[in-house]
Amino acid sequence: MRLLNRSVNGWAGRVSRHRRGPLAGLMVLLLGLLFTGTLYAAFAPAQAQQASSDADQVAKGRELFLVGCAFCHGQNGEGIRTQNGNQIGPALVGVGAAAVDFQVGTGRMPMSQPGAQAQRKPPAYNDEEIAALAAYVASLGPGPSIPTADDYSIDGLSEDQRQEAIVRGGQIFLTNCTACHNFEGSGGAMPRGGYAPKIRGVEPRYIYEAMLTGPQAMDTFSNGNLSPEEKRDVIAYLGTIEETPGYGGFGLGGLGPVSEGLFAWLVGLGALVGFAIWIAAHTTRSTKEKVEA
Amino acid sequence: MSTELPPGHDHVPAVPDEPIANPGLPAHTWRPTDVDPRAEKRAERQVAALFLLSMVCAVLFLVSYFVFQIGDNPDSFAGLGASNVALGGTLGLALLLIGVGIIQWARKLMGDHELVEMRHPAASPEEDRVATLAALGAGLEESGIARRPLVRNTLFGAMGILLAPAVVMLRDLGPLPGDKLLHTVWTKGMRVVRDVVGTPIKLSDLEIGDLVNAEPEIIFATNSQGEPEYEGVDLQIAKSKAAVVLLRMDPDDIIPGKGRENWSVDGIVCYSKICTHVGCPISLNERTTHHLLCPCHQSTFDLADSGKVIFGPAGRHLPQLPLAVDAEGYLVAQSDFTEPVGPSFWERDSKDIGEQGEGS
Repeated sequence: MRLLNRSVNGWAGRVSRHRRGPLAGLMVLLLGLLFTGTLYAAFAPAQAQQASSDADQVAKGRELFLVGCAFCHGQNGEGIRTQNGNQIGPALVGVGAAAVDFQVGTGRMPMSQPGAQAQRKPPAYNDEEIAALAAYVASLGPGPSIPTADDYSIDGLSEDQRQEAIVRGGQIFLTNCTACHNFEGSGGAMPRGGYAPKIRGVEPRYIYEAMLTGPQAMDTFSNGNLSPEEKRDVIAYLGTIEETPGYGGFGLGGLGPVSEGLFAWLVGLGALVGFAIWIAAHTTRSTKEKVEA
Repeated sequence: MSTELPPGHDHVPAVPDEPIANPGLPAHTWRPTDVDPRAEKRAERQVAALFLLSMVCAVLFLVSYFVFQIGDNPDSFAGLGASNVALGGTLGLALLLIGVGIIQWARKLMGDHELVEMRHPAASPEEDRVATLAALGAGLEESGIARRPLVRNTLFGAMGILLAPAVVMLRDLGPLPGDKLLHTVWTKGMRVVRDVVGTPIKLSDLEIGDLVNAEPEIIFATNSQGEPEYEGVDLQIAKSKAAVVLLRMDPDDIIPGKGRENWSVDGIVCYSKICTHVGCPISLNERTTHHLLCPCHQSTFDLADSGKVIFGPAGRHLPQLPLAVDAEGYLVAQSDFTEPVGPSFWERDSKDIGEQGEGS
């Protein structure tokens, strides 16, 4: 310690001797620039364009995976079962990048606690980390890749084609999705504590990925089942549900007869009972005598 | 009052007719509006203001009828259709304010008399009842219904036979369904196609975990003149009875029923979509358990195990459609359902799984 002090003091003494030299100002300026530049480089938000090679992505994803996912999904994504056969985490071989992007991007994974179903919550990883994780899991076995905006956008279509897509999407939605997700996409209950989540207000990419990969207990709607165009149409229809004003008045959550019946019985009949009480109530009485004119 | 009092009790104190003086009705108290001219004026203005507000609402109704756009590009207000909200709100308020004004008028300003209606027996006076019965008896006597049995009996006959037209008209509720409940439009070799789009399904299209809501090909087929095979009501009936769900699961998960060993193709199974309880369409499937849940009454069917009921009020397993693959690799039906689809009915047999294998 004393040695360190002595050497620092000696160095400081030497610098001190030159502090009024002709080049001191320039040196301070250069040092300052170097210092701030290094600091900026260390703390600046990383750019997505910092194209790391695929191998780097996979290696980085594996690091993240071993820390955050391997406890349940196994060190090589092979899945873990308990001794009595319960699944802790399913195997991730062949689920593809789309499943990772959906599960981690919507915050469902990592799960905060074991339960009937993973909840949607703010994501625990940033976009770059999710991409790395997706790249690693995709490298375990072939699976669906992350869809691009071209897959689910109808912007490239003419007005007539768009209308056609929305109508067809609506029919496909009503046939395939409403059983669990409700006719307005409000979601619904499923057996043993599960539920089909609300799908209004969900990013198109995640809807597409959910159809592609079948998260949790959902059936998959692979490209052989619903073609990419049909998936795009369903997403276009869901977009119009959100844009269309509630023409029938208050939707009450779009939950159907339960919420509507509750509203009618409590609020509607409650108001009527209130009026009935008012009509039949005694009016205020005065103690004064009426003066007959 | 009895006059035969026992000995020793002959000196009962005299009871006055009214032991406690009748206090009569309490004195009437007046409302502030009856005794205070300023309160009266105020109430008058309140009622008039309510009626005026109603007029304003009615005018606003007319304005919003013309102002707000409906149709393809409707105006919206707080996420609701502006036209509907404005029309309903203003018309409702206009009517409500008239009602509120009238109630306020009656409570504050209209006459404030207290009326007492004393109770009395509900029956008519004795003389009225005697007179009525006498008139009835005289009428019966004069009509001669007892003396002229021919007239009386033919009248009863005429009224009785009027039942026959009523009963015969019930026939129009028919015809009886015959064997329509026993069959659907599925036949041997008919392709299974996706609902809505009508495209046939190749075995290789489906991955494990896929669920397809499907229909028979004939629903979308056209005849030689280019017209649909089924239209209108016939189409709806055919569609509703023949709707199926198609699932691909791990072939090892399937527990084949007796006589159903070759009804699935590489883990692809096909079941009627119509619940056997009261006929709701069901496709709430859990991929992980292969349990199909009916949203109406929570009947649950195990699609890996011949569609057996594992929960809920359904009394029968879900009918399974035997599947095969045609020469081009598309999924086809081996036959129609081997049992009636949908809810139970009287004429139905009660065979269970294992007793009604393929072709029975």
